[in-house]
Amino acid sequence: MGKPIDLVQGTLDLLILRTLLPEAMHGWAIAKRIQQMSGDVLQVQQGSLYPALHRLEQQGWIKAKWAESETGRQAKFYALTAAGRKQLETETANWQRLSAAINLIVTEA
Amino acid sequence: MRWLARLQMKITMFFRRGKASARLNDELAFHIDRQIAENVAAGMNQEEARYAALRTFGNPALLREQTRSTWSWSWLESLLRDFKYGARTLRRTPSFSLMAVIVMALCIGAATSLFTIVRSVLLRPLPFRDPDHLVMVYEHFRAAWANTGPFNYNVVSPADYFDWRSQTHGFQDMAAWRWWQFNLSGERGELPEAVTAAAGTWNLFPLLGVQPAVGRTFLASEDHLDSNVVMLTWSIFERRFAGDPSIIGRQIHLDSKPYTVVGVLPKWFTYPDATVQVWVPYTAPGPAEWIHHHDWHQSHVIARLRPGVSLASAISQVEAVQYRLHMQYPTAPVAEDVVPRSMIDDLAQDVKKPLLILMAAVGCMLLIGCLNVANLLVARGAARQKEVAIRGALGAQRFVLIREQLTESLLICFAGGAAGVLLSFAATRWLASAWKDLPTAESIHIDGTVLGFACLLVFAAALLAGLLPAIWSTGKSVFAVLQASSRTAGGNLSRTALRKSLLSIEIAITVVLLIAAGLLLKSFVRLRSADLGCTTDNMLTMRYSLPAQKYDKPDKVNSFNETLLTRVRALPGVRAAAIGMVLPGAGWEDDDIFTVTEHPPLKPGDELPDALNREADPGYFSALQIPLIEGRFFTHDDRLDRADKVIISRQLARQYFPGEDPIGKHLHVAAKDKRSFEVVGVVGDTLYRVGEPLKATMYFPVLAGDADMGLSLAVRTDSDPLAVSVPVQKEIAELDPELPVSDVLTMQQIVNKSIGNSSFSTTLVIAFALLSLLLASVGLYGVLSYLTTQRRVEMGVRMALGAQRGQVLQLALFDGLRPALIGLVLGLGLSAAVIREIQSMLYGTRPLDPSVFAAVACTLLLVAAAACAFPAWRASRLDPMQALRTE
Repeated sequence: MGKPIDLVQGTLDLLILRTLLPEAMHGWAIAKRIQQMSGDVLQVQQGSLYPALHRLEQQGWIKAKWAESETGRQAKFYALTAAGRKQLETETANWQRLSAAINLIVTEA
Repeated sequence: MRWLARLQMKITMFFRRGKASARLNDELAFHIDRQIAENVAAGMNQEEARYAALRTFGNPALLREQTRSTWSWSWLESLLRDFKYGARTLRRTPSFSLMAVIVMALCIGAATSLFTIVRSVLLRPLPFRDPDHLVMVYEHFRAAWANTGPFNYNVVSPADYFDWRSQTHGFQDMAAWRWWQFNLSGERGELPEAVTAAAGTWNLFPLLGVQPAVGRTFLASEDHLDSNVVMLTWSIFERRFAGDPSIIGRQIHLDSKPYTVVGVLPKWFTYPDATVQVWVPYTAPGPAEWIHHHDWHQSHVIARLRPGVSLASAISQVEAVQYRLHMQYPTAPVAEDVVPRSMIDDLAQDVKKPLLILMAAVGCMLLIGCLNVANLLVARGAARQKEVAIRGALGAQRFVLIREQLTESLLICFAGGAAGVLLSFAATRWLASAWKDLPTAESIHIDGTVLGFACLLVFAAALLAGLLPAIWSTGKSVFAVLQASSRTAGGNLSRTALRKSLLSIEIAITVVLLIAAGLLLKSFVRLRSADLGCTTDNMLTMRYSLPAQKYDKPDKVNSFNETLLTRVRALPGVRAAAIGMVLPGAGWEDDDIFTVTEHPPLKPGDELPDALNREADPGYFSALQIPLIEGRFFTHDDRLDRADKVIISRQLARQYFPGEDPIGKHLHVAAKDKRSFEVVGVVGDTLYRVGEPLKATMYFPVLAGDADMGLSLAVRTDSDPLAVSVPVQKEIAELDPELPVSDVLTMQQIVNKSIGNSSFSTTLVIAFALLSLLLASVGLYGVLSYLTTQRRVEMGVRMALGAQRGQVLQLALFDGLRPALIGLVLGLGLSAAVIREIQSMLYGTRPLDPSVFAAVACTLLLVAAAACAFPAWRASRLDPMQALRTE
């Protein structure tokens, strides 16, 4: 396994929204989940995770609720809103177009 | 629904910021604890696990900051923080802050007041219906004398107006009005009163779109000779008739003749100015033949443009009519052309130029104020150079640093602006009341637009004062700053260069202002010392007008005038008394064309001889001490039928009798029943108004007994002339209790009245210029003190190496004087380029007056030297040991 790579610019929002699709989660779990799902390739810096979460919350794409966590402590759980779901679809489509395009160029060579 | 959620979010974030902050801390703490727990589970001990977790987490303070910055209102938060810092730094240097605030308050206050006046006088549309379509139409003579000052727009003759109106179709309608004067006498023994009146055509009020407050306006059928209807303006309606609407239909007595009140004009209607008390129909006052005259110039014509017809084409129609009239009456003063002028300019004519010049002066002062604050801020920036550099090195964005410095100047300008607006409330009221010539003075007040303008001004000033220093002080590389500040011996050249160039600009603008002020002052002094041509000491004057109704025979007029003179001359303290028509200095009033009977007839196209028309009693010239040059004064025998004599002024003799003796020649005056008058004397010249050029004048005997014009009584006394004003008025009241007198003034007051407005604007410009000089010298002092402190070490080294105190003094002085000199040269050049603009406000002074330029240069150098002297002296008193040790 190589060194974990930093996220591509602008994809963190997409990853967060996608991670939250099945269920509500708190910040630490989101970071963990992204790391696990990417097979430890992607590592989310806390320095960007929390500003991103708060920004998404301000924009109304996710909503937050304080609830008891698995350890029994109060934690802030984030969940997708309806607007967030729509935003996820848009961003996913965008991402697919972008990555397909990059793929085309990269594999062509 | 997303906007709803976001709105809700915004509200929460605004009101529950403290809680959100605490929650953020909880959230981050939870994250760290989970990481620690995971690390412990992976086999680390508690201590190790904690450090590892914190390491991966990074700087929690920074993370908190970054997260917070994503919240709504974070801009407000940082703004408040900037303001807090700014206020704190300003509080630390109260004298600097106070000074800067005072400077800004004065500048912004003055600018706001001036703008208020400019707006209501020059910019605000007139309160009439569709005011953009209203123009004034004047006659215009092609002769050279008619192309100066007030004669560019010559008032219109009644017959011309009637022909324009009936023969052209370019305008929707044309209306006319002229000034008039009435004696208003009470029916039940109230005091008589001389009232200023206007006579307007019946269509004037409909054309302006003015609805009467009570009653109606004139009917077309009422606009005829001896028509006896009258409209009151609001001021006399309230003052004399207690605002009682039942006055409609009742009668008042004007010149002893009953007039029926048909309407009252609304309160806002103060056209042509607020002195008008009553309106009568245009043709009502007569005389009967008046409406047929093409050469009696008295009326002001207002025209309303027809939609879809351009002003040029409408005017060209009128022009054609007028030229035809001119050709029809070649020997009468009937103008060749007509000329339009917008109504708002027409009202503002006398104050437009002074206002614009004052506005420019205030603008310059504001600029100087901003430059001064900028200069002071650069000095503070210098002191904080290291702090700024280090913060930049630690990662503060340049934008944030600039914003922070900008809030400081913004705070200064806000405080100054708030104080300035308060100041301008008082200043505007004072200006509006002290400036006598301002039209629509009653509508001048500060409103929303003006406040908006003030806010704009504050922001512009803050940007101007703050941006330059802020960009300058944050644009440096850390190394340069830290290196430079480790050895200050050489000072920071680029920064002082900025301060010096700001200073030079400041001084250049000050020089322009000073030169303008100097020129105005010089012409004002000239104006004050202008010789009226007669005595102005201990002279009391008053006006009265004998109503033709009551004084219907020349004998009655003469008997009143002669009895009055005898009685007044007998009063104690009276040296001489005289009766004339218009006294010197009291204005143009009346002129007539004439021909000299003995001269060959004029060829068509020749300029018609024209002179001011005055009347005088036998004692007039000796009472006013106007010298006799040739011939004789009038005698008591020059009366009634034998009054066919005329006395001419020296100017008339010079102009129309060059190289010949005028005595015994005859002047033929068409306007005076086409009679001829024998020239019996030549007297010294008098000015009809101070500040205006000489005009040929002819004097007719007052004892001819005509009563159509108002008369002036002049009384020369032993001492204070006002002391006899009540006894003289009592004599008049005894002779005729119904006769009011008006304009009880000393001769000096008459003179002051005509120079009063120029004295007013001159005083203001001088005040602004002096204030600017003060600001510039404070700036100079500040820069130089800063420079000398910066060069302490250098000076110390120089002195340690043997430099004399005198040399150091010279060095420091020269350092300060150089920007002053550059500014002076720049300012003199700039003045030479722009100062022509005030030419029309000057009297007896040329715009490029070398004495004024020299005086300003000397003053500025003296002030600059004084401002430099103290810091330079301090530099020369430096103890070298002390200076070297401080480093």
